[in-house]
Amino acid sequence: MTVPEQWEPRETPEVDPETAPFWRAAADGTLLLYECDDCGLVFYYPRAFCPDDFSPNVSPKPATGTGRVYTYATTDVVSEWPSDDLPMVSAIVELDEGPRMLTTLVDCDADSIAIDDRVEVVFVPTDDEDVAIPVFRPTD
Amino acid sequence: MSNSVYIAGAFEHPTREAPDKSAMQLHAEVARGALADAGLPKSRVNGFATAGIPEYKHTFKGPMMMADYLGLRGVSWAENTDDGGGAQLTHMAHAVSAIRDGKCDVVLITLGGRPRSRAQNTGTGGTAGTTMQDNFEHIHGNTVITRYAMVAKRHMHEYGTTPLQFGAIREAVSYHAQFNDDALYPDPVTAQDVVNSRTISDPIHLLDCCVISDGGAAVVLVSSDVADELARECVEIIGCGESITHHDAGRMNILETGARESGDSAFDEAGISRSDVDYASLYDSFTVTVLLELEDLGFCEKGAGGEFAESGALKAPDGELPVNTDGGGLCSNQPANKGGLTKVVEAVRQLRGETAPEVQIPNARYAIAHGMGGDFVTREKHTTLLLEAPR
Ligand SMILES: [Zn+2]
Repeated sequence: MTVPEQWEPRETPEVDPETAPFWRAAADGTLLLYECDDCGLVFYYPRAFCPDDFSPNVSPKPATGTGRVYTYATTDVVSEWPSDDLPMVSAIVELDEGPRMLTTLVDCDADSIAIDDRVEVVFVPTDDEDVAIPVFRPTD
Repeated sequence: MSNSVYIAGAFEHPTREAPDKSAMQLHAEVARGALADAGLPKSRVNGFATAGIPEYKHTFKGPMMMADYLGLRGVSWAENTDDGGGAQLTHMAHAVSAIRDGKCDVVLITLGGRPRSRAQNTGTGGTAGTTMQDNFEHIHGNTVITRYAMVAKRHMHEYGTTPLQFGAIREAVSYHAQFNDDALYPDPVTAQDVVNSRTISDPIHLLDCCVISDGGAAVVLVSSDVADELARECVEIIGCGESITHHDAGRMNILETGARESGDSAFDEAGISRSDVDYASLYDSFTVTVLLELEDLGFCEKGAGGEFAESGALKAPDGELPVNTDGGGLCSNQPANKGGLTKVVEAVRQLRGETAPEVQIPNARYAIAHGMGGDFVTREKHTTLLLEAPR
């Protein structure tokens, strides 16, 4: 797992049976999407059924972990967020598989980011070694 | 005619800071104000709606707590939907159906709270939350403000919208606020002042954000039979629409809001067109909120919201579509972080000819009041009401 430099272990998200595979895969360095075996929809965030046709026949699908910046915003003010991790760059990344996901950009100069920049996933550890959080950093 | 539902009473609390009062007391004061405005005694109330009261735990008990505190007896219809900033507009839409169904004929709807006195960190919260989705959103630290900033940035990217055009929205609304004695920020500002103010999350500046205020508002809805009894003339609710939009499995277009569908439903029901609307009260948590609502409610083309605002269209009394003539949430009041109901109150004032004379639209016949809850990017609830002046 590649760990971005400026990040400390983060608070662990609540892991429930439905989403555990996503967080476990992240800890193993894989961004997991889900694909509907019936209609082919590839979706994010994880769910045990297809949000289009309600089919329970969905399979995990490892993502390439690459995509582009759909939009982003930087802020210095986030309540209860470690000051060392500010400013924080929030972003929506459009994955190459299609889905857009809300995430954070790391290892980057906030002033040099632009919409459509290419990015790749990296994973932030949490207090639980079986759980990591996918964030993104710019690539050339 | 017998199917019509009217707003008989509307009241906005004049306070913006209430350190010495309880939230319950604010609800009581606005309830008394709205009933007095309607000319109805409390004993006539048989329908009651209020959202959760964040000061207290178990906010689902809101209507029970409040009915008890207010001494309401004989409530045969109650509603406690809390879908965020537009909750009381949702209550109104639902009350219209209940009154038409004969479940009740005098509905009281209250809003009140004290986020300013309690110094709440509004809009900057970013830690893991408690809903299933929060784990995929708040865990990344994004805040309400960054979510709206991401929308503004994408709008600039796709349509060439400029920070000055967002600022033009506050310029118009702040022009109106100077005539409202109760406005929290009554001084007019220019679009350039907005851009010159501190950056909160680029492109959102301090003056792009709404106020944090204590206070509240209340309305009283009645059946046509009750309206006929009253000495006062009543504003008719001629159309209602609701819509939820969301993340959509990762396909979200963050520039298209639920206002499109809620607006279409309301206009369909009312049977009027956009050009008939004389006045618009639009939810204004941020300037970008107004911009997207102008587009999605159909008052200008998609992408043209910036130019529309910059053209002076939003300014009363002569603009093409005057917006938020009380100063709105941006300059006057966003009580309890749920400014929706104040939108209704100002629309009622316009239709009764009771606003400040400098911003009163002559012969205003149709008004739109729009509320939203949740937030852009993740999931939103929009409620639109169309109102007609007494004739
Ligand atoms: Zn499917």
